[in-house]
Amino acid sequence: MSQAPIPTLPFGRRVSRWFGRNLIRIYAVFGFTYLFIPVIYTFGFSFNDAGKSNLTWRGFTLNNWKNPCGAPDVCSALGNSIKIGLLATVTATILGTLIAFALGRHRFRGRSATNLLIFLPMATPEVVLGASLLAMFLAFRINPGFWPTVIAHVMFCISFVVVTVKARIASLDPRLEQAAMDLYANERETFRRVTLPLVMPGIAGAALLAFSLSFDDFIITNFNSGTLVTFPKFVYVSAARGIPAQANVIGSSMFFLALIIVIAGQLVNRKKVR
Amino acid sequence: MADASSSSHGDLILTRLTKTFGDFTAVDDLSLTIPQGSFFALLGPSGCGKTTTLRMIAGLEEPTVGSIFIGETDITTKKPYQRPVNTVFQNYALFPHLSIFENVAFGLRRRGVKDVKEQVEKVLALVELPHFADRKPTQLSGGQQQRIALARAIVNRPALLLLDEPLGALDLKLRRQMQIELKWIQTEVGLTFVHVTHDQEEAMTMADTIAVMNEGKIEQMGSPADLYESPATAFVANFLGQSNLIRGVVSSTDGDSNVITVHGQKISLLKSRNQSQTTSVVVGIRPEKIRIDLPDVPTTGNALAGGIVSDVSFVGVSTQYVVEMPWKQDLMVFEQNDGGTPTLRSGDPVSLSWNVPFTFGLDGSQDVNAGAETDEIE
Repeated sequence: MSQAPIPTLPFGRRVSRWFGRNLIRIYAVFGFTYLFIPVIYTFGFSFNDAGKSNLTWRGFTLNNWKNPCGAPDVCSALGNSIKIGLLATVTATILGTLIAFALGRHRFRGRSATNLLIFLPMATPEVVLGASLLAMFLAFRINPGFWPTVIAHVMFCISFVVVTVKARIASLDPRLEQAAMDLYANERETFRRVTLPLVMPGIAGAALLAFSLSFDDFIITNFNSGTLVTFPKFVYVSAARGIPAQANVIGSSMFFLALIIVIAGQLVNRKKVR
Repeated sequence: MADASSSSHGDLILTRLTKTFGDFTAVDDLSLTIPQGSFFALLGPSGCGKTTTLRMIAGLEEPTVGSIFIGETDITTKKPYQRPVNTVFQNYALFPHLSIFENVAFGLRRRGVKDVKEQVEKVLALVELPHFADRKPTQLSGGQQQRIALARAIVNRPALLLLDEPLGALDLKLRRQMQIELKWIQTEVGLTFVHVTHDQEEAMTMADTIAVMNEGKIEQMGSPADLYESPATAFVANFLGQSNLIRGVVSSTDGDSNVITVHGQKISLLKSRNQSQTTSVVVGIRPEKIRIDLPDVPTTGNALAGGIVSDVSFVGVSTQYVVEMPWKQDLMVFEQNDGGTPTLRSGDPVSLSWNVPFTFGLDGSQDVNAGAETDEIE
C-alpha cells in the first residue's frame, strides 16, 4: 500500500476541530482560575506593606511573614481556634466512629430513624443551630465561652464523622472479617488487626474534615463563645477597622498546610500500593 | 503445628444437619461422613445449599438442627476460631492492608506458633510464589491471589480445608491448571479437602468422592466414574454431563435383562442397572456411547430406528448430532472424529445403536429434564 497524501482541511474546520479536542481543557483552566483567584489574592496581599488597612496595594514587604503575631490579638485568637478545633475533633471523631459502627454493623430498633436523625444537624441552618444552642446554654445557666463553644462544635462535627466513617464501613467486605475469624482470630483480635486498620483511612479523613469545619466555623461560634475570640471572629471583627495583613499570612499558611497534608497522604498511599 | 491437628484427627461427620432461613430450607436433614484425607466435592447448582453447608462446617453459620463432629469432637457450636478448619474463600478475602507474608502468617501468629518465618517460606515455596512475601495482595494476579489464599489456609495444617468455589473467578485455562495443582497439593499435604462447586467438570477432575446436591438434599454420592456411568436420578444424569432420557415401560424379562418398550420399539436393560421398582421406567444413555448410522447399516445391541438428523455441530474432537426421533424427542449423539463414521448432514435419516450394558434405568416417576438447564447458570 502506498501512502496517500494527507488532505489538508480548510482553516475553519481545523480551528473547530482544535476546539472540539481541547474544550475540556479550556473549561478546566477557567474552572481552576475561578477557584484559585481568591486564594492567590489572599496570598499576594499577605506581602502588602499594609499599615492600617489591607484593602489597597501599598508596596511589597516580608515583614508580615517575619512577624505573623505582629497585629494585636491575632495569635491568641488563632490559639483559641486550634485548641477548640483539636478538642472538638478528638471528641467528635471518637463518638462519631462509635455511632458509625453501631449503625453500619448492628441491627437494632430505631436504626433507620437514627440514620435519618444523624443528617438533621447538617441540614439545619447554622444561624438557627447557633441561636438555639445559646438559648439552651442560658437556660442551663451556662455562660457562653470556651467550653460551650467546644460542645457546640462537637455537636455539628459528629454528623459529618458518622457519614464519612459509615461509608468506609459499608465498603468493607464482610468476608475479610470472616477470614480473620476463620484464621483463629477472636472477635477482639479481628477488630484490632483487620476491621480497624481497614476503616482507619475513613476515620482519619473524618478527623481532618471535623477539624477544618470547627476551625472555620463563625456563625455558631459567634453565638456561643461570649467574649472569647477565635480566628474567624477576629477577622470578622477587624473587618470593620481594616483587616491586618497578618490574617492573610495565617490564612495562606493554613492553605499550604492543608495542601502539604493532602500531598503527603497521596505519596504515602502510592508507596503502600507499590 | 501439632496443636491444631492432633486433637482433631478423624472424619468429618455431619448428622441430620438442617438450616432454615425464615420459610426457606437451605439444607434439609443432611447426613454425611467425609473420610479423613479425602478430596470431597459438594456439587450442585446455585441455591442448592452447598455453600450453606460449607459455612456451617466453618462456623460462619449456625445449624438450625443437627450436629457436626470431627472425629470424636463436637464442633457444632464452636466459634470459627475454635475449629481446626480453614477456608479458601470464593474471592480469596486476602487482607489488603497486610503483605503477602503477613497474610500467610496471620493464622500462625494468632495461634502463637514459634517458627513463623520458616513455615511461611515453606508454604510459599509449595504454592510456587516464594518471592512474593513483601508484596501486597493487590499487586498479584487472580491466579496468584488464589494460591496465596490456599497457602494462608494450609499453612495451619487444619484437620479440614474448605474450598468455596475457589476457581470461580479464574479464566478457563488458568482454572484447568489450578485444578491439577490443587489435586497435587492435596496429595502432597494429605489434608481433608471439602470443595464446593457448581462446575461438574471441576468436581470430576479433582474429587475422590462427589456428593451431588439439589434443593438442600444429597441426590447421590460416589466416585466420579460411578456417578457418571450409573446416575441414580434424572437430576444427576442431566447435571453431570449430558444424558438422553427416554420414557418406557418394562414389557417382559429375558434372562438377566428387562425388555423395555419405548415408543413402540424394544430395547434391553440389564436388571442390575434398572432402579425402577415399577414397570414405568426412564431409560438413559450417554450421548458419546451412541453410534449413529444410515438406516440400512446392520446394528448390534440396542437400536432405535426412524431418527432424522436435525442439527450437526463440529466441535473439534467430536461431532455433535441432534437427532429427532419419531416421537418428537431430540436425542444427543457425540461421534469421535476418528474417521469411523461418515459425516452426516441435517435431514439424513439415521438409526441409533449402543451396547446393552451402557443403558441405565431410572425410576419412571421423575421429570426427565431435572437438572438439565441448571448447569448453565453462572
